[in-house]
Amino acid sequence: MAVTDQPPPRTAVEPGPWNLIERVHPAWWAVAFILLVMPLLANDFWLFQVFGWTFILGMIALSMMFLAGYGGMVSLIQMTVAAMGGYMVAILGTSGVAAISQGLPWWLYIPAAVLIAAAFGTLVGALAVRTEGIYTIMITLAIASAFFYFTRQNYGLFNGYSGFNLVVPPMLFGVDWRGAVPFYYLTLGCAVIAYAAVVYVSRSPFGLALQGVRDNPRRMAALGYSVNAHRIAAYTFASVIAAVGGILLVWQNAQISPGTAGIPAVIDILVIAVVGGLKRPIGPFIGALIYVVLRTFSPDVLLAFGLSGERFKLVIGIGFLLIVFFSPDGVLGLWEKWQNRKRHDPLKGDR
Amino acid sequence: MLQRFVSRHPIWTLVIAIIVAGLVWLIFAPWSEGLEDAIGRKKVFLNAVFGGITLGALYFLVAAGFTLIFGLMRNVNLAHGSLYLLGGYLGFEVSEATGSWLLAFPVVFVVVALLGLLLQHQVFRRMEGEELRQTMVTIGLSVVLADIMLWIWGGQSYTILTPDILSGPIELPVISSIRDDTGAITWFRFPAVRIAILIAAIVIGIAMWLVLNRSRLGMLIRAGVDDREMLAASGVRIQYVFLAVFAFGAGLAGMGGIVGGTFQSLTPGEDTRFLLASLVVVIVGGMGSIPGAAIGAIIIGLSEQLGLVYAPTYSVVFTFLIMAVVLAFRPQGLLGAGR
Repeated sequence: MAVTDQPPPRTAVEPGPWNLIERVHPAWWAVAFILLVMPLLANDFWLFQVFGWTFILGMIALSMMFLAGYGGMVSLIQMTVAAMGGYMVAILGTSGVAAISQGLPWWLYIPAAVLIAAAFGTLVGALAVRTEGIYTIMITLAIASAFFYFTRQNYGLFNGYSGFNLVVPPMLFGVDWRGAVPFYYLTLGCAVIAYAAVVYVSRSPFGLALQGVRDNPRRMAALGYSVNAHRIAAYTFASVIAAVGGILLVWQNAQISPGTAGIPAVIDILVIAVVGGLKRPIGPFIGALIYVVLRTFSPDVLLAFGLSGERFKLVIGIGFLLIVFFSPDGVLGLWEKWQNRKRHDPLKGDR
Repeated sequence: MLQRFVSRHPIWTLVIAIIVAGLVWLIFAPWSEGLEDAIGRKKVFLNAVFGGITLGALYFLVAAGFTLIFGLMRNVNLAHGSLYLLGGYLGFEVSEATGSWLLAFPVVFVVVALLGLLLQHQVFRRMEGEELRQTMVTIGLSVVLADIMLWIWGGQSYTILTPDILSGPIELPVISSIRDDTGAITWFRFPAVRIAILIAAIVIGIAMWLVLNRSRLGMLIRAGVDDREMLAASGVRIQYVFLAVFAFGAGLAGMGGIVGGTFQSLTPGEDTRFLLASLVVVIVGGMGSIPGAAIGAIIIGLSEQLGLVYAPTYSVVFTFLIMAVVLAFRPQGLLGAGR
């Protein structure tokens, strides 16, 4: 009798609702509760501008975190994929530029936009996976800026410099989805789904294989896994998340122009993902919250100190520099370090 | 190297030779009526070609430092574009203050090279081998530098004045057009300063090649590119070599800024534009190869200018397509070493 083949005895915990509640850390329940009742606590500006934007940027940065954290590929193309999704919504749906917009119904143009953006992301991924490490960064950065210059020059499809305005979400179920509360729940819902999808995929056989590819591509290839196929599929998955984020971003701003995916915006997504931490899916959302709060309120703070409000980029840049200089794992890394230090017992050594 | 390439890839050699010969013929031969009807006047074409080559010379100045730094130290300096723009602004200030265009070059070279020394000594040395961290830190640096420069010099665009000797066009021994009735030849005229810059870039390129291949320092650098640990183990103080190369590359980017400020303009977005151009040039030419940077710069400069004239909307796409094709068939770049 082969001992090793026996499955380990299951712990006798009945699956059920109570078990689920116990398994999840209470802090998560508290966060979920606060997020759900947020419309009672915060005003419309916070709901729409701060939290809506946080969830959107968090989703785009999450797609980058998925590639970097689980796939080991730092791709700067995610903001461009998001902008592609946004542009497709403007082009296929309705916008202020009636000459270009097709005016298709919402159930057609939203999936089409996601599909096209995902195809674009996959194509870029197929090109980028031919390279490793730093080359991936350079190539995705080069493609991202090519996209920016192309949309700025192309008037037939992307309407050049001015882009599209008046791009609003469809009036579904009689709700104005650009209203503060509906938009808050819309972005929250999408962000939660994206987060759950990333957590689920990271634990699925595909996600585990992807992490294997990240850690040792040669061994995975020897085991019979197709390294490139896994990497390209990861790009496709990340592109879908980024595309949804991009569509929400267009709806929030009600407009899209080449600047949406300009180099500063591409770098901002990198800053958000790195500041939050590239190791866990919650990191990008924390990074996005820090970024949005800084971006929204630092002009006022700077003015209070007698500096021009335009210097907020300096603040963000220096903050980013300090974090990558001292804690490569971002804010979450700092938190973990602090936790470890607290647990550190001088009598017993580590832990 | 050339002979080996010819013997190993006879068909490619033939294709490249035909393309080059065709280009040379297009430049030097007078165009017939039918040809002018088909693709426009020869003067327009010549302007695009010479503009592309001089733009390539500028790209080469900026990208050569980038590729040298990457090739030797594996340092990814994404703040290279900021060094370019800083050099341009400083050059503008120096030439305004002293009234001398030529004096700006040594001053800017020294100042930006010192900044490069500081970068290598204080930033890159602390994170040797950690490519991702270097990338992030230099991206952060470029954001900070860009905003400080915006603070000091504002959002308007600056142009550095050309000195009197080099202002105005000169005639080149290239036929622009021949009048049918009189047979009088109009020679092609091109701004003198651009020709001077082109010659300077060629001289710098050859000097770099000579230093790399014929001097002791060059020997050390090449040895460092091939095997850093072995060189350090044989007693060379490799950190000094690193410092020298980094300072030189940074200074070159700064001088590129003066050149760019002279025949284009200096505005806040230029740093990312030239960073991108350097990236594309070294990706096409091959990381760490000076001849590769030269070939990549010429190809990208030509495609940009020709694209701008003959297909204005798609000139960026040409650049990108070239990069994609090179990546698809030769991921290490045209002249990159296969690793």
